[in-house]
Amino acid sequence: MINALSINRLCKTYANGHVALKGVSLEVAEGDFFALLGPNGAGKSTLIGIVCSLVNRSGGTVSVFGHDTVTDAAQARRCIGLVPQEFNFNIFEPVQEIVMNQAGYYGIPRKVARERTHQYLEELDLWDKRHVQARELSGGMKRRLMIARALVHRPRLLILDEPTAGVDIEIRRSMWEYMRNLNEQGTTIILTTHYLEEAESLCRHIAIIDDGEVIENTSMKQLLMRLQVETFILDLARPIDALPDWDTDRIRLVDSTTLEVDVHRGDSLNHLFEILGEHGIDVISMRNKTNRLEQLFLHMLDENGPGGDLNDVA
Amino acid sequence: MTWLEKYIAYKTILIREFLRFIRIWIQTILPPVITTALYFIIFGNLIGPRIGDMAGFRYMDYIVPGLIMMAVITNSYANVVSSFFGSKFHRNIEEMLISPLPNYVILAGYVSGGIARGVIVGIAVTVVSMLFSDLKVHDAFIIISTVLLTAALFSLAGFVNGVYARSFDDISIIPTFVLTPLTYLGGVFYSISMLSDFWQKVSMANPILYMVNTFRYGFLGVTDIDLFTAYAIIIGFIVALYVFSLHLLRTGHGIRN
Ligand SMILES: Nc1ncnc2c1ncn2[C@@H]1O[C@H](COP(=O)(O)OP(=O)(O)OP(=O)(O)O)[C@@H](O)[C@H]1O
Ligand SMILES: [Mg+2]
Repeated sequence: MINALSINRLCKTYANGHVALKGVSLEVAEGDFFALLGPNGAGKSTLIGIVCSLVNRSGGTVSVFGHDTVTDAAQARRCIGLVPQEFNFNIFEPVQEIVMNQAGYYGIPRKVARERTHQYLEELDLWDKRHVQARELSGGMKRRLMIARALVHRPRLLILDEPTAGVDIEIRRSMWEYMRNLNEQGTTIILTTHYLEEAESLCRHIAIIDDGEVIENTSMKQLLMRLQVETFILDLARPIDALPDWDTDRIRLVDSTTLEVDVHRGDSLNHLFEILGEHGIDVISMRNKTNRLEQLFLHMLDENGPGGDLNDVA
Repeated sequence: MTWLEKYIAYKTILIREFLRFIRIWIQTILPPVITTALYFIIFGNLIGPRIGDMAGFRYMDYIVPGLIMMAVITNSYANVVSSFFGSKFHRNIEEMLISPLPNYVILAGYVSGGIARGVIVGIAVTVVSMLFSDLKVHDAFIIISTVLLTAALFSLAGFVNGVYARSFDDISIIPTFVLTPLTYLGGVFYSISMLSDFWQKVSMANPILYMVNTFRYGFLGVTDIDLFTAYAIIIGFIVALYVFSLHLLRTGHGIRN
């Protein structure tokens, strides 16, 4: 099967001498939902820019569904829809015109363009705003406008560069649902995000870029399996003053009604609750201390050495 | 892309460009009309009668073709430079760069937009000029062809400026320091036969002189220069600028970085 995206030893050195990509190789299978993660400045947007012909590359090759993005540029570009990180529409143009013009650039006849524009603006809850100048939209609406625009030529590969940045929770959830549907209908999706729970819940494969290099490229399941210890927070029904004298350092008292517990992979939770039950401690709720992917992510970046500023992550 | 698809894409850019300057007509169409009307009143009506005849015509009638041409030149240039720089600034140029559009269609779309504005302003200025002078057409083919070619030339020049521009200030440097002086010294207000031999020769190096004179010939039937040379120069500039613009688009200068 042809890959939706094949990147081979891609390099990018910007005019100011900054090396943003140091020989990145990556493959995304057709139909995948792929997360591209990495700290600020890792090179994600640069990589996406090169894939979409918005940035000149310094070396390496990229092909989209088998079409080289340089020697067979027109075919490659037809396959891609991009929702960029930064707003990139003319803020003085009305919403509907922005989407219809984009269809026009792909040579889609006006009648078809009008129907599709209607469809996507409706689906993304922007139809009421169709005559409004783009600058009058809220941040979340602008993001959705860029999604409608990216879909109007029905791309086989949709690349979303932080599509949910600055979007409220409710709309974020509905965008997830929307992306999931698109993926189920056959669109390959590549997503970058700093919300790791988003990547964890949506994506099947994941690559992590740090400082212009791929430091991890695997399936989400396998990655999460690597997590050796998970930390849970337990909320207690009644306050306790101190921990009973038991034979474990895996349980810590955070405050009188909160415990923190480390659970190793393979450990049974039943055993833990048995111990708590024996000491008359009632647990009313339980949750992960941090998102599992987030924990791994920070760990990997740490191991990869200095480079990214971890304070910026997530 | 098939030819039909390219045509649809070209039309999309052209209509978008057209709507852009129509939407802001108070900034794009009206000012040149007011400026030229002032020229007509001051130079034509008030000062003109004291100047007397120029090349056998009333001064007013002599300067009208040059003033129309001046409006065409500045407006086709201004349209493309500000529209292209604007789309770099707002980054909506990326909408086109990401699509399968060939570079020459992008260029043709912008240039056609510039020609459209040049011609519309040209017509508006012509209508105003009719209040002050009775224009006669000597050779319609020459009038139409020089307007279209000149507008195309300066649209291309505006495009090159737009590609290089890094700030809003950069889009007014060439018009102020190159275009305006060349236009004023390009025989809009006088016949170069009034100049000394030396300055006549210097004037001949000014490409705008050829456009103004050819255009004037279309109305009045008089010219300071050889028409064949004029067409050759205009077309030569167009070809050179076209090739250079395509080169800039292909290498992605200032846009794909
Ligand atoms: N036009 C440019 N000129 C010079 N350097 C640039 C340019 N664009 C990006 N860079 C640099 O390249 C590196 C990678 O930037 P990029 O935007 O690809 O990061 P990113 O992974 O998308 O980060 P973020 O998560 O913050 O969006 C950064 O160090 C950035 O400063
Ligand atoms: Mg980025």
